[in-house]
Amino acid sequence: MVYLTRIEHFNAAHKLYNPGWSREKNEEVFGKCANENWHGHNYELYVTIKGVVNPDTGFLYDAKKLSIIIKENILDKLDHKNLNVEVDFLKDKMCSTENLAEGIWKQLEKALPTEVKLHSIKLYETPRIYVEYFGD
Amino acid sequence: MSNKVAVFRKEHFNAAHRLHNPGWDENKNNAVFGKCNNPNFHGHNYDLIVKVVGEIDPETGFLIDMKVLSDMIRENVLEKFDHKNLNLDTPEFENLNPTAENIAMVIYNILRKKLDEKLYLQIRLYETERNFVEYPAN
Repeated sequence: MVYLTRIEHFNAAHKLYNPGWSREKNEEVFGKCANENWHGHNYELYVTIKGVVNPDTGFLYDAKKLSIIIKENILDKLDHKNLNVEVDFLKDKMCSTENLAEGIWKQLEKALPTEVKLHSIKLYETPRIYVEYFGD
Repeated sequence: MSNKVAVFRKEHFNAAHRLHNPGWDENKNNAVFGKCNNPNFHGHNYDLIVKVVGEIDPETGFLIDMKVLSDMIRENVLEKFDHKNLNLDTPEFENLNPTAENIAMVIYNILRKKLDEKLYLQIRLYETERNFVEYPAN
């Protein structure tokens, strides 16, 4: 078994705000992340797939094809976007890094060929905060 | 040989912004600013490096007390910009496009007023790891 990781990045605006709560409660729980006018991040995304090497190509999977799948299914939807307002797969969800990592996993799982197994999504919100999701 | 030394303080803040010229129509804004013109904003983790140059005070051994510099940046810059929308929340960008160039100049102008005039000041601002600006340039 080998693991292959593709690193990508995107910039986006978001806020942490639960519409079912009062503004006071949102500010108490989410602090400055609840700013109604949004704030933003440079996100770094690590997509890791796993499997056995194809003896004919020497590849686990063509890294260029993986890059195109990530671009079309993830980056085109997230980069330079407002995560709360513009992303179909985050609709009605809190825009936390945890939910974003889980959402990215689900999008990629659908888009990747069945022989390619996702191992993990690692998503940095800042250089010091990241989330990992392994699909379980 | 000069007795001048440089000290640097590194800080960071996260903010939303959009690049847009209200004097242009949407087509021209999109042609020039591309996806940075998104009306719903996007955002960055900004890294800020404040450089101060001067001579060491022989009594303290300091160029500037780094705690004083740190508090100055926090109170005057970070509290203004961190977790904010630069277009909507900061009056400095009411009529100024919040590009990295302009943000660096605004930060310089804020800190220049607070810092001892004997000290030279330079701002380096990273918008992403690969895009950064310096002001003043020399």
